[in-house]
Amino acid sequence: MSAPTAEPPGLVHPGLPAPPPPPPRPRSRRLPYLLLLPALAWLAIFFVVPTITLFSTSLQTGSIYEGYTLTFSFSNYLDAWSRFWPQMLRSLVYAGAATVLAVLIAYPLAYTMAFKAGRWRNVLLILVIAPFFTSFLIRTLAWKTILADNGIVVEVLNALRITDVLSSIGLTTDDRILATPLAVITGLTYNFLPFMILPLYATLERLDVRLIEAAGDLYASPFAAFRKVTLPLSMPGLVAGTLLTFIPACGDYINAQLLGSMPATAMIGNVIDAQFLRVLAYPTAAALSFTLMVGVVAIVSMYVRRAGTERLL
Amino acid sequence: MTLLQARPATGARPRRSPVGWLREHIVLIAGLAALAYLLIPNVVVVVLSFNRPAGRFNYSWNEFSVGAWTDPCAVAGMCESLGISLRIAVLSTLAAVALGTLAAFALTRHRFRGRGGTNVLIFFPMATPEVVMGSSLLALFVNAAIVPLGFWTILIAHIMFLLSYVIVTVKARLAVLDPRLEEAAMDLYADERTTFWRVTFPLALPGIVAAGLLAFALSFDDFIITNFNAGSEVTFPMFVWGAAQRGMPPQVNVIGTMMFIAALAAVLIGQFAGRRRRMR
Amino acid sequence: MSDPISVAGDGALRLVSLYKRFGPVAAVDGIELTIPAGSFFALLGPSGCGKTTTLRMIAGLEEPTSGRILIGDADLSGLKPYRRPVNTVFQNYALFPHLDVFQNVAFGLRRRGVRDVAGQVEQMLSMVELSGYGERRPAQLSGGQQQRVAVARALINNPSVLLLDEPLGALDLKLRRQMQLELKRIQADVGTTFVHVTHDQEEAMTMADTVAVMNHGRIEQLGSPVELYERPRTTFVANFLGQSNLIDGTVESRDGDLAIVAVPGGRLAVPVDRMPDTNEVHVGVRPEKLNLVTAEQASGVPARPNRLAAIVTDSRFIGVSTEYAVRTEAGLELTAFVQNAGQQRPMAPGAKVEVSWDPAHTFALDVRQSAEAGLDPAGAEL
Repeated sequence: MSAPTAEPPGLVHPGLPAPPPPPPRPRSRRLPYLLLLPALAWLAIFFVVPTITLFSTSLQTGSIYEGYTLTFSFSNYLDAWSRFWPQMLRSLVYAGAATVLAVLIAYPLAYTMAFKAGRWRNVLLILVIAPFFTSFLIRTLAWKTILADNGIVVEVLNALRITDVLSSIGLTTDDRILATPLAVITGLTYNFLPFMILPLYATLERLDVRLIEAAGDLYASPFAAFRKVTLPLSMPGLVAGTLLTFIPACGDYINAQLLGSMPATAMIGNVIDAQFLRVLAYPTAAALSFTLMVGVVAIVSMYVRRAGTERLL
Repeated sequence: MTLLQARPATGARPRRSPVGWLREHIVLIAGLAALAYLLIPNVVVVVLSFNRPAGRFNYSWNEFSVGAWTDPCAVAGMCESLGISLRIAVLSTLAAVALGTLAAFALTRHRFRGRGGTNVLIFFPMATPEVVMGSSLLALFVNAAIVPLGFWTILIAHIMFLLSYVIVTVKARLAVLDPRLEEAAMDLYADERTTFWRVTFPLALPGIVAAGLLAFALSFDDFIITNFNAGSEVTFPMFVWGAAQRGMPPQVNVIGTMMFIAALAAVLIGQFAGRRRRMR
Repeated sequence: MSDPISVAGDGALRLVSLYKRFGPVAAVDGIELTIPAGSFFALLGPSGCGKTTTLRMIAGLEEPTSGRILIGDADLSGLKPYRRPVNTVFQNYALFPHLDVFQNVAFGLRRRGVRDVAGQVEQMLSMVELSGYGERRPAQLSGGQQQRVAVARALINNPSVLLLDEPLGALDLKLRRQMQLELKRIQADVGTTFVHVTHDQEEAMTMADTVAVMNHGRIEQLGSPVELYERPRTTFVANFLGQSNLIDGTVESRDGDLAIVAVPGGRLAVPVDRMPDTNEVHVGVRPEKLNLVTAEQASGVPARPNRLAAIVTDSRFIGVSTEYAVRTEAGLELTAFVQNAGQQRPMAPGAKVEVSWDPAHTFALDVRQSAEAGLDPAGAEL
C-alpha cells in the first residue's frame, strides 16, 4: 500500500505558480549526511542488501536439505520462466485491466470532487480516505458476499445475459463471478482505487479553472476541452495513480487467493509465496521475485517515457 | 470578486429532457457510482457484523444478532493478534517517523553531493512489489540467521517499507514551506536552534503528523511483507487471512466496523481541530 | 469541432435588462447597454461592482438570472461559450502551460477544424510582435509577452467582440503604460469591438472611447472619458475617476446660464446645465482647476466669480505638480494641484492664499448622495 499524500518525484503540477525556490543553503558540510545516516543505513541493510541477497539466491543451486551454493547458474531463471510464464502473463493482464478500470472509475470521481462537489468536497475526501484505514483483507472478503452466486449482482447480470458475454471472453464461468478472473480483477481494482483517486484529485484540484474556460472560449466543446486541456494537464496525477495501482497489483496475491480459484487464477505473487513459504524452493522463488522486480521497473520506465511526463512543465 | 463564486458554467442551464439532464450530469453520476463502488464493501462489513452465520463462514446473511458485538474477543487468538498489530504499528511508526523526518530535512534543507542518488534510493522501495520486498527480506533473515523470525523481524521490515512513505510525505510539506519565514526568524534575532524549534518544526508538524497517520495505517494493515517475515507470530491481518481459510467469525467484522468508525472519527476530529486552529 | 454562430445586423453588442444574482446578492442589477461595433469600450469599477460578472455573462461563462445579450440580430442567450462569436483575454491570461505559443494561438482555429493554420498564426504573432517565439512555452515568456500571446490567441478567431478581463493587471506600471498604447494600436488595426474590464481609472480613460462606470451592479454613468471627468453625474463617479473637491451648499438662484449656490464663506457660480433639480447640493471642482495665488498677488488680478480666501495647511511635491491642502476661512478643506511650470514660488504651509476657479469647471451633485462614495476602492465593496 502506499501514500495518498505522496507525490512522485519529478512531477510538477500544472496551472500553478512555481513553488518557492528551493532553500538549500550550505550550513554544515557534515550535517545533511548525519541527518540521513540512520534512514539510509536502514534502507541499505534491509532493502539494498536483501535485494542483492535475493539476486545471489536466484543464482544458487542445491536443495533445502543439502544446502545451497552460489553457482552463477541462470538455469533457475530459465526453469522458473518456462514453468511459470502463464502466471506472469496473467499478472500483467490482470494488473493492466485493473489499472485501466481504476482510471475509468477514479477519473469521474476525482473530477467531481475537484470541480463539482462545492462544499461537499471535504465529505467526499473523507469518504475516499476512510476505507483506507479499515483492514483491507476484511473489505476484500466482503466482495465474497457481494459477488456471491445467489447475490444481487450475479442475479442482475444473469438476467441481463451479461454473464454470457463475460464468459464467452473467459472472464467468468458458468453464470458465476466468484472464483473467476472477473472477481480477481474487481478486487484488484477496488483495492488500489484510492491510490488512483487521490493523486488525480490532487492535480485536478490545482488545475486553474480558467484554462478550461479559455478552451471553451476558443471553440472547444466540453469534450474537446477535456481532451485537449484537462486530460493533458492531469497527466502527472494520472501517471502517479497508474503507477501506484499497477505496481502493487502486479505483485498482489491476496485477491487471486481470496476471490479467485487456484490454480486457474494464480498470479505470480501466489507462485512466489508458495515457492518461498511452502515448496521452500528458494532459488526458484528468488528468480521469480527478481524477474518481477526487473519487469515492473522496465514497464514503469517505458510507460513514464511514453506518457511524456517530462514534456509537462 | 465574483470569479471566486463561479464554478465552471455547466449545469446552470434550464433542464430540457431526461436525456439532456443525463448528459449534463453524466460525470457526477459516474463519480457517485465510483463512490458507491468504494463504500459498498464497508457497508457489507458493518451489516455482517450483526449476523449470526449459518456455518463457519460469515459471508451470507442468516439472522440478526448482536452476539459478536457483546463478546468481540470470544474468538481464540483474534484479540491477541490485534494487540501484536497495534504494538508493531506504534513502534514502527515512531521509528520510521523519527528517521524519516531527519532524512526529509536533510533532503529539502541542504544541498549536498549524492542528493539525487538518495532520492532514487528512497523511491525504489515504493516502486517494488511487496512480494519482492517481503521475500528478499526473508532471504536475508534466513541466510544471515541472526534474528529469529518473529516480532522483531516484522518490526524491522515495517520500518523499512514505511521509511520511504514518511520521507516523501514530510518532504512534500517542507517543499512548500516558504524559506523566507526562516529568514525572517533569523532577521528577528532567532538563532538556528530557536528558528528550528519555533518556526520550522511547528510549520512542518502537519506533514509529520500526516506521515505518522499514514505509516500507522500502512503498518497496521500490512499483510504480504508481514506474512513472509512473521515466523510463528500472528498479526491481525494474518489472523483474518487464516480465518478466511478456516472459518470467518462475525467478530472479525466487528473489529473491521470499529476500525472504520475510529478512522471516520479521527478524520472528523482532525478536520474539526484544523478548522478551529484556522479560525483562531 | 464547434463553430460560432454568424452575426448579422449592425454588429453592436446589446445588453438588455441584464440581471445576475448569487443567492441574495445581486451581482449585476439591471444593465442596459449598447456598445457600437468597432468601439473600444471600458467597464470601470471597484472590485465587486459586477463588471467581471457582466463580462463572464457576455462570454457565456455565467448564465444571466434574467435579461438578454445580443450581437447585431443574434441572441446569445443560452449559447455555450464555444458557440459565441466572442473571445476573451483572461485575467492572468490562462495560457495553456502544456502547449507552446504556436499551439496556444492555433487552438481556436484547430477546434473549428481549420487545417492550415501556420500562415494565420505567423501573421498574428507578427502583429503582436512575437515572430519567432512560436516554439516557446508560456512559462518561458515574460509577463508582457504572455499578455501578447493571450491577445493573439483570442484575436486570431476574428471575434465580433473581444473581451479583456483586467488584461494588464499582472504587469508592472511601466509595461502597463506600454501595453495600453499597444492594445490601442491593435484595436485600431483590427477594428474589432473591445470590451475592457478594469478597476484602473487611468487605464480605462487612456484606452477607451466610451467608459461605463459601474457600482453595486449598476452603471453609474456612461460617456467619453472627457465627459465623465468633466461632468460627473454622481459623487461616486466624481471621486472614483480622479479626485474632486465637494462643498455642500444651498441654491440661491437660477438665472440664465449660471446658478448661484451659497456655501460657507461665500457664493459659488455653477452652470445651470450641470445642476441637479434639488436645492441642497454638493458643489464640485477638480483639484487641478483651482488657481492658487498669494493674498498680495490676488489684489492685482481681476476677481473671478468663484473664489475663497484660505491658508495653506500642507504641501506635497509630486514632480509634475505640487499638491496643496488648504483650509478656507469658513473651515472647508480643499485640495489643489498646481503645475510646476516654474512661474510660481512654492507656497509654504501657513501662507495666506486665494483659491479661485472658472465657473465653467464647476459641477453640482444631489446632496443626498454620499460625499464619500467611491473614495476608498476597498470600502466601495461594502
